[in-house]
Amino acid sequence: MGTTVRDTIKEITRKHLIEGKGKCYGQCLTAVGWVGGTLPELYEEDGMVELSMADVAGGAIVTGVALAGGRPIYVVRYQGFQWYNAVSIVNYAAKSKELWNRPCPILVRSIAMEGGVGPVAGSSHHSLVSRMPGIKVISPMTPREYQYAYDSYMNDDEPYYISEHRKSYDNEDELRTFIDDKEVDFTIFPLSITRLEMTKLVELAGAENITLNIIHQLWIKPFNISPLWAQALNRSKYGGLVTDDDYVDGVASSMANELSLVTTKRVHTLGLDPRTAGFHPSVDNLPPSAEKILEKLKQIKNGI
Amino acid sequence: MSYRLDAFKKASFCRHFENQVYQNAQKKHIKFPMYLSAGQEYIPASIATIMESKGIEPNIFIQHRGHSTYLSFGASPVELVDELLGKKTGCAGGMGGSASIHSHEKNIFGHDGLMGSQVPIAVGHCYSTRKPTIVTMGDASAEEDYVMGALGWASTKNLPILFIVEDNNLSILTEKKVRRNWEMDDVAKAFKMKAVNIQDDPLVIKMHLEDYNFEGPMLLNINTNRKYWHSGAGQDGDNFDRYENELKALGEEATKIDLENKQLVEKLWEQQLGIQ
Repeated sequence: MGTTVRDTIKEITRKHLIEGKGKCYGQCLTAVGWVGGTLPELYEEDGMVELSMADVAGGAIVTGVALAGGRPIYVVRYQGFQWYNAVSIVNYAAKSKELWNRPCPILVRSIAMEGGVGPVAGSSHHSLVSRMPGIKVISPMTPREYQYAYDSYMNDDEPYYISEHRKSYDNEDELRTFIDDKEVDFTIFPLSITRLEMTKLVELAGAENITLNIIHQLWIKPFNISPLWAQALNRSKYGGLVTDDDYVDGVASSMANELSLVTTKRVHTLGLDPRTAGFHPSVDNLPPSAEKILEKLKQIKNGI
Repeated sequence: MSYRLDAFKKASFCRHFENQVYQNAQKKHIKFPMYLSAGQEYIPASIATIMESKGIEPNIFIQHRGHSTYLSFGASPVELVDELLGKKTGCAGGMGGSASIHSHEKNIFGHDGLMGSQVPIAVGHCYSTRKPTIVTMGDASAEEDYVMGALGWASTKNLPILFIVEDNNLSILTEKKVRRNWEMDDVAKAFKMKAVNIQDDPLVIKMHLEDYNFEGPMLLNINTNRKYWHSGAGQDGDNFDRYENELKALGEEATKIDLENKQLVEKLWEQQLGIQ
């Protein structure tokens, strides 16, 4: 068995605390489960710091730690809780370097759930912070990507929002971009957990003679479009599709717009349905599955 | 020089500085909202004097209406004038305006504009550094929910932090009694923290800080009166004026200091405005 995303996060945290003498902050970190098994079993004396349950204050307290040069890891167990926690991260930590030449780097672990947790806590909310200047947003779904995200943070002086997804924790495979040098029907730009649907999507689409480029998106912000991506999109008969685990009125639409501006193709979006999620599976609001993405591709192809 | 005169020297400098800011805003030399601390200057002037006498150089977290804290703790008045004039040579490179001033040299940390956010940020900074920390807030900012959460955590961790509430009884023009039926010192005590509710009398402030050496958190709710309205749009009425009171009480020596400060500040503004 290879190393999973869960093992990778756990080892990164252990080294950050024990070897790097850093600290990890959050609520209920030392509770049963240790945040989905992603934390080593360490306590405050080792650098695992339990905050109170005051979410807004907690985010600002960790901002203060970062301002002092503490390079903290801040765990927010549900991405939806960022509506409280992100206040000082986006309004202070992200602006401090520009306003006062005082860098304020924080690694924010923001964890999305795979549904079943109602109107706030399910799915990703990375669009919430991505509109703000001074913060980087990255969504690693593989062990190597997570290590890369952490290393980038440690070599940077800006706050990092790590848009995680619990469903990726068992993943031990790397995800590879595939660009055909011939014309294809679509180029897909998947984000977050929708990336794990791509293998199945290629199979399903192939069975229907729909050909695809798959260009995995690790970075959400900055979003730098490679010339290779633009060329691939220009060779796509029906254009592109950005798939996301957040509502589309955010980074998905923004990326689609950016891609459309540098190519001659239309780029569509698919994310959460524009409605509130309920708890029961019948009223939940889950990220687009391979089947749902294929349905969208067929609609675009048929001009619906 | 005595403690009272030392504190007066700082307070007088702050008062003349703020009067100049007000006048220059009226003359449109300053082109954005000003948050003036005149009337409340005796709080930072007293605390800074006490810290100097103890040889403590605290980390300081301020909010808007923070000019007097910035000046009392020895940050550059030239850079503050330049900041208020929007110059790149300002203390925040011309981006901070009146509300988001700071000083690397004096460990004064700027404010982002969200009322009271400096309190949890100061608590986190203090937790990380374990160095003496002072954070100021107004009686309105103190009502922010995240301030309460931060006070509780500072107490739980027994941090070396001094919370100062500059209580002028007003949020813009809404009186405290309209907004709440409690006092901040009672809140702090409920969090098991030392706390008092006092006037901005320099001798009273000294009495409460003399034996305090940041062995744990403490909150001082200090009642005061502002001279200028929020954003400097107008002036309050005939409130008690601590600065005027001290000027009279301290006699000839204070009058001399006051005149020197007035001239110094006028010259400073003329120089930075390029007025010959």
